[in-house]
Amino acid sequence: MKKMTTATLVAAGALMLGAGAATAEKLTVGLASETTSIDPQFHNVGPNNALSLHIFDRLILQDERQRLMPGLAVSWTPVDDLTWEFKLREGVKFHDGSDFTADDVVCTFERAPNVPNSPASFATYTKGKTVEKVDDYTVHFKTEEPYPLMGNDVSTVAIISDSVGCGATTEEFNNGTAAVGTGPYKFVSYTPGQSVVFERNEDYWGEKPEWTEVEFRPISSGPSRVAALLAGDVDVISGVPTTDITTLEGNDDVALYQGPSNRVIYLHMDQFRENSPHITALDGSEIKNPLLDVRVRKAISMAINRDAIVDRVMEGVAVPAGQLLPDGFFGVSENIEVPAYDPEGAKALLAEAGYGDGFAMTIHGPNDRYINDAKIAEAIAQMLTRVGIRTAVETMPRSVYFGRASSGSPEGEPEFSFILVGWGAGSGEASSPLKALIHTFDKDAGLGATNRGRHSNPDIDAKIKEALATVDDAKRQDLLAEATEMAMDTVAIIPTHFQVNTWGTRKGLAYAPRTDEYTIAMGVKKTN
Amino acid sequence: MSAFVIRRLLQAFLVMALMSVIVFFGVNVIGDPVYMLVSPDADQAELEAAIARLGLDRPIWEQYLLFLQGALRGDLGNSFIFGEPALKLIFHHMPATLELAFSALFLSVVIGIPLGLYAGLYPDNPISKGIMAGSILGFSLPTFWVGLMLIMVFAVELGWLPSTGRGDTATFLGIESSLFTADGLSHLFLPALNLALLKISLAVRLTRAGVREAMGQDYVKFARAKGLSTRRIIFVHVLKNIMIPVVTVMGLEFGSLIGFSVVTETIFAWPGMGKLLIDAILQLDRPVVVAYLMIIVLFFVIINLIVDILYSILDPRVRLQDQGA
Amino acid sequence: MTDISADTATVDETAKVETPFQRFRSEFFESWIATGALFLLGLIIILALLAPYITPQNPYDLGQVDVLDGRLPPGSEAFTGYTMWLGSDGSGRDLYSAILYGLRISLAVGVASGMIALVVGMAVGLVAAYAGGRVENVIMRLVDLQLSFPASLVALMLVAILGKGIENIILALVVAQWAYYARTVRGTALVERRKEYVEAAQCLGLSRTRVVFRHILPNCLAPLIVVGTVQTAHAISLEATLSFLGVGLPQTEPSLGVLIANGFEYMLSGRYWISVFPGIALLLTVVSINLVGDHLRDVLNPRLKK
Repeated sequence: MKKMTTATLVAAGALMLGAGAATAEKLTVGLASETTSIDPQFHNVGPNNALSLHIFDRLILQDERQRLMPGLAVSWTPVDDLTWEFKLREGVKFHDGSDFTADDVVCTFERAPNVPNSPASFATYTKGKTVEKVDDYTVHFKTEEPYPLMGNDVSTVAIISDSVGCGATTEEFNNGTAAVGTGPYKFVSYTPGQSVVFERNEDYWGEKPEWTEVEFRPISSGPSRVAALLAGDVDVISGVPTTDITTLEGNDDVALYQGPSNRVIYLHMDQFRENSPHITALDGSEIKNPLLDVRVRKAISMAINRDAIVDRVMEGVAVPAGQLLPDGFFGVSENIEVPAYDPEGAKALLAEAGYGDGFAMTIHGPNDRYINDAKIAEAIAQMLTRVGIRTAVETMPRSVYFGRASSGSPEGEPEFSFILVGWGAGSGEASSPLKALIHTFDKDAGLGATNRGRHSNPDIDAKIKEALATVDDAKRQDLLAEATEMAMDTVAIIPTHFQVNTWGTRKGLAYAPRTDEYTIAMGVKKTN
Repeated sequence: MSAFVIRRLLQAFLVMALMSVIVFFGVNVIGDPVYMLVSPDADQAELEAAIARLGLDRPIWEQYLLFLQGALRGDLGNSFIFGEPALKLIFHHMPATLELAFSALFLSVVIGIPLGLYAGLYPDNPISKGIMAGSILGFSLPTFWVGLMLIMVFAVELGWLPSTGRGDTATFLGIESSLFTADGLSHLFLPALNLALLKISLAVRLTRAGVREAMGQDYVKFARAKGLSTRRIIFVHVLKNIMIPVVTVMGLEFGSLIGFSVVTETIFAWPGMGKLLIDAILQLDRPVVVAYLMIIVLFFVIINLIVDILYSILDPRVRLQDQGA
Repeated sequence: MTDISADTATVDETAKVETPFQRFRSEFFESWIATGALFLLGLIIILALLAPYITPQNPYDLGQVDVLDGRLPPGSEAFTGYTMWLGSDGSGRDLYSAILYGLRISLAVGVASGMIALVVGMAVGLVAAYAGGRVENVIMRLVDLQLSFPASLVALMLVAILGKGIENIILALVVAQWAYYARTVRGTALVERRKEYVEAAQCLGLSRTRVVFRHILPNCLAPLIVVGTVQTAHAISLEATLSFLGVGLPQTEPSLGVLIANGFEYMLSGRYWISVFPGIALLLTVVSINLVGDHLRDVLNPRLKK
């Protein structure tokens, strides 16, 4: 059966390649998640941001490892503690022929945080900054406090045109009238749920992309997406399910491209309640929250067999994690090892903390958000049960999960005791997880916003704040690494693994994997 | 007859109002859409700003009154996720679903009725037994499983048909549909077959039951006695009589085709309303869920109305009135 | 479905001395397919009931399931020693154990929702048939309306609103199905009500309730059984579909539907056993119920008798 499969596939592949020759310049991409708008400032969400990169440039672009590169700005430098000067690229034209100038930048940053009905605006990146035009090709970004992450923030905002874009509604972007940028591709058509089509911008200022036409099609069901690639209906797919990787590796007609993402999967533990709602003694009676004890947290981390999760649940497509970002990212500590699997040590530590008989707890997690999320939660529960922490599993759709995990308790606090979550560092450096997950929850300062375990340590907080105000890169890098070490030392959270993303292409194409999980046509190249 | 139509439509509005209340409040209980919409980077202030932008900061009853106000003007609100009017989105996705459902209906009639006729005329023939066994399978196999099998066999193994998606469309008589292009038809075939499978079984069974019953009836015996050819008896007399229940049921099943298209559309990445609905449910896009329901209620009422009217044309003994069956 | 408004009273004139049940039995077992299906169904139910005693693993006890046993092909040996004859799923559940436990849940969901819907539908149908007039009108409009919505969509919406969980699934299936029973009962009851024996009973001065429950109801049972089997099978596959769409039962205590839905991910991966075996189990269950129901319909519908 298997032999026959391969034979027919080879034949189909040959046919496909033959047919491909005539229309070799068109690229069809099957996307795991649907793009919901062409308006680049409507919804700050991965699939939309990735798509908008085709039509709209940023002042600063991110390469596939999220390092910053000049985009529409050729340079950005701090003039003083509170001002950054951006020199703009000259001679760049929008798709409608108009010139790109400082006015476009100013109006872009005015519109970005204020798009009507936006479910997730770019205010996160624009707040606290005022943009001033100095001359046609110079702008100043001013802040109230020293702000080292200026480049990262600015790199998220798509530059739209003053003449047609800034005053336009989301609908006008979707029907194409306002979808005018300076990017490598021009808008052709958008049919919600069906396809987005672009054509090459022949006058692009940067490297000209290989494909004259690109079509994106959402195919949310994993097996269907793989089938579409195997059948030759699409050239590239994102989000190859881990379950199919072994078979696809053995298939000569497709190629797989893998790369680590900036997303860490971790466990948040209730560290703010004396009695945690989903933790009891084994007989069901109330006990003092054991997660307040650092030894218990450490024991849990030791009880988790990260290699087994990576090998068995993730089919080898993940990297065991001991900190917040994988090696090579800015702010990562070189002194942190992935905690070793040590069930006996975990039991001993539990006994030392007074929980030798174990206790009962429930792990909560989403079942449609991260790669294999429900299965990971189940595997962790199995492992903890084995060291005496009898763990039940409750997974739910993300629509239900995140609301409850953030503020589901009667007091509006996080509802659960022990949760599985993931964090993608949008900025591509360690301050993003540190300030959101580790810093003490501080509503007014906007820090610790996603600290659902409410871990709080003044020393770490001080370190994070110091890093956030340090403009010198080398110094900031060290401070971030130190803060990470402190957080891992007190087991503020338990990282389990970094997600690895897999793209599949037909033979003869290559995709440069991106840590930000974006799928972009500019990254698809012919290999022969 | 017009009184009958008006009463039916009034009932529809009543049901729509009721549904809107249930769904509006129901979806609200499940979870807070904002948490899945905002970027994880967002802080509390941005979260609250997003809640306000979507109008979710008001008490739920106030939100509902606002919705009603809009509904009276034909505005069912904007999708949280797409930022476009929910109605527009649904109408945008509707043609794809309709062409899928119509094709499935067509397939089930064209395949199901002849097979059922055969099985009914020769009930003891092994082929008939095979047909009936097949129809039981058709009833019992999960749609999603069959869907992927179809893709595996016809798209991946044999490479005869495209695996997923909708093909090119063309406009004919003012209707834009993928039914009018070869590419469109080739994309349409597998999902339509997948969706039709259950209905083919149903058509087979209905037709067979009808034929078996009709063959024992006096008018057939009488026709036989009169010396009419078997062919004439079957195609003129029997078929005419069994068409009534078959048409009724298949018409009613059109609704269920639209309901079941949720599954088929998910597997075949078919850009129809079913896919829109399941995505909206999973992402708590309340305006779309509510609007979908409003449309679907109206839709079903109209289908029922058409079936009733067709019925009265096919069978003059039936008079249109509002008494239960 | 009203065509089952069976003239059960037209007793065979050739009257051999046989009770109706004996006659039914002999007619039912005439078909070897139906007989086979009935035995298969019996076997499936027995296996499901005995699951805890005949399986090597309790797939719901996380202490017994090990992710290191995940995705093993059929016949592999688990770390804890026993052989996994049908292989294991992605979480390390022995598929043989998981299928039998899953059968319990699927059958329980199907039967529970079927029974509750039957009782509700029966009550509503009887009230409609016996009360007549305005009450009947309102009830039957409601029934028609409900029937005009596809059951799958009704169940989907309800589960979306109610949330996951076994009670919610059952409730959703009941709401999606009661109308079928109500219509069947009313149709049959209307026919029965006009029969002489009811008139006779009324003339004897028997109470309304007595007439309904002792006389009309038993005569409605035959078509109800037929509708009941079909609907139960339908409920089981509907649950599987909902689970596939991600709004069904929870992952950790999988029904057959959840097992198949999980296995769906593995369909292209060559690990056929994860979806195929639960699929076969579901198929056998649903087909056997449908075959039995199908034959019951033929046997109980005198108009089709040769």
